[in-house]
Amino acid sequence: MCNPNLGLIPFPARIIHITENTADTKTFRVVGEDEKKPFAHMPGQCAMLSLPGVGEAMFSISSASTNEEFYEFSIKRVGKLTSELHTLQVDSPITLRGAYGRPFPVNDVLIGQDLLFIAGGIGLAPLRSVIRYVFDNRDKYGAVDIVYGARSSADLVFLEEIQNEWTARPNTRVHLTIDREEEGWSGNVGFVPTYIKQLSFNPSKIALICGPPVMIKYSLATLIEMGFEKTQVYTTLEMRMKCGIGKCGRCNIGHKYACIDGPVFRCDEIDELPEEY
Amino acid sequence: MQSPVYTCSLDNVTQLINRIAEKMPVYGDFGSSKTTLSPKGFFLPALEKLYETAKINDSYKITPAPPENAPFVLLGIRACDAAAIEILDGVYLNDPIDPQYKARRHASYIVTFACETMGANCFCQSVNINPAAPKGDVKAWVKNGTFFWLAQSEKGERLTELLLDLLERTIPAGNDLLPVEPPDSAPALPLPADMLSAFNAPVWDNLHRACIACGTCTFLCPTCQCYDISSHECTENSEKTHCTRQWDACLYPGFTQMAHGNPRPSKKERFRQRFMHKLVYHMQKYGTSACVGCGRCVNKCPVNMNIVKVAHVLAQEEVNAYV
Repeated sequence: MCNPNLGLIPFPARIIHITENTADTKTFRVVGEDEKKPFAHMPGQCAMLSLPGVGEAMFSISSASTNEEFYEFSIKRVGKLTSELHTLQVDSPITLRGAYGRPFPVNDVLIGQDLLFIAGGIGLAPLRSVIRYVFDNRDKYGAVDIVYGARSSADLVFLEEIQNEWTARPNTRVHLTIDREEEGWSGNVGFVPTYIKQLSFNPSKIALICGPPVMIKYSLATLIEMGFEKTQVYTTLEMRMKCGIGKCGRCNIGHKYACIDGPVFRCDEIDELPEEY
Repeated sequence: MQSPVYTCSLDNVTQLINRIAEKMPVYGDFGSSKTTLSPKGFFLPALEKLYETAKINDSYKITPAPPENAPFVLLGIRACDAAAIEILDGVYLNDPIDPQYKARRHASYIVTFACETMGANCFCQSVNINPAAPKGDVKAWVKNGTFFWLAQSEKGERLTELLLDLLERTIPAGNDLLPVEPPDSAPALPLPADMLSAFNAPVWDNLHRACIACGTCTFLCPTCQCYDISSHECTENSEKTHCTRQWDACLYPGFTQMAHGNPRPSKKERFRQRFMHKLVYHMQKYGTSACVGCGRCVNKCPVNMNIVKVAHVLAQEEVNAYV
């Protein structure tokens, strides 16, 4: 699964476009030195993005591997490095290495299946790489349902893209929800797990969940109630990482390393691990 | 083919060392005990530069640090530390291979030295290591006032070739000339049978209390291999940065701290991680525990907490659970 040439030395890269998604989230388009993508990747994989002198961190690649022009990283401003990244302008240089981790099983398990995406807040970023991959290979997959929630409509990342593009895709339904009532909001109001229950999905689908840990936990419980097996549900975990290649020793959950054995896990696999994530 | 056993008189050992030192740097000696620090730093230095970044015309030029592949010899490595090097190899020479570690490891010649007595707090026999039969490219031992030398790998044979005029060939080395394993008095280090029940054992609530999370055990341990990567602005040129790798310890709060929280929020979880990794996770992943019984952590822990205590308390917990 792991590319044996993966190392710790990054490629020089450059930001070619910045979208302000919300007040605290931006999507950066990144290319390598020769305007190309220096490494291949699959939906759900991550890359190490760094600002020399400031720091380096692992981010999910939010664009699809079918996009041959650039990578996209959707980054929320939360700490030192992400704050610094948010000050960057188009044409700013950065460095990049990857791709790391086990992707979502888009080319085997998901083929021909009806897909249910469940995301909260910035948790849509890793799932967007799968959603866009599915759109680019539309005839290989069944119906697509996307349940996406955030605190308020202003916190829904990719809202414009969702409304202009995703809802117009064939055999695709998008279900948006926000935590509290808002003037002018025509979508659902309420937490994601409650909304899933109301929508009452057929438990023959494959579900992919990402969001805050508590949202994942309750969404999974709701799916189980609805008749889903844990083997039908995938999620992606976030841990602190330094190397990305299973050596530096900090992203482990039990004997599994999120950087090589994950970040994508099937929910029954997580049951076998200690609860420390 | 089994290599021949060579001997020389104890008076000539210095000559052997000097001969090797003419060809490459030699570290260590055939002293009376293991070293205070483990040899891991020769392969994974406490601090090393990975690459340099220079900002030129608004883009980064990245220059990897050159590989350190000049040959060197480690002398007098004990069975515990030789076993530890094998454990490190398992981590760093498995895909994706660590090129910095591989370069140093391939450049190294390991000459081990058999122990005929156990040092204070040594417990290698409790983890199935025979202190009188160390691995390594060459194994050396002293018996009846004679120094013995046996190549155990191709590298070891290359080293032997440098010394042929100083050594005498002895074939075969009868059992009476082999080092004798010291009597085994300590019980085996018990390893938890079930990962989740060891993880969830109530004993962690008390075990961690004495620990002051200083990290001494981690840095002295010959198999603790976790590291940190950081990037520093060059003091003399602000357009240049150095990316370094340095030893880190899972006992430190910053080890897993993220902007949104920490999956190991208190000392209890961090203390548990260290011992679960040594006794359980490494076993699950690589088929062997990550303790070689060198006893350095037992010797140096400022609060007398150590892996032997932890393993036995966990084992007792397991026994109690079945009563």
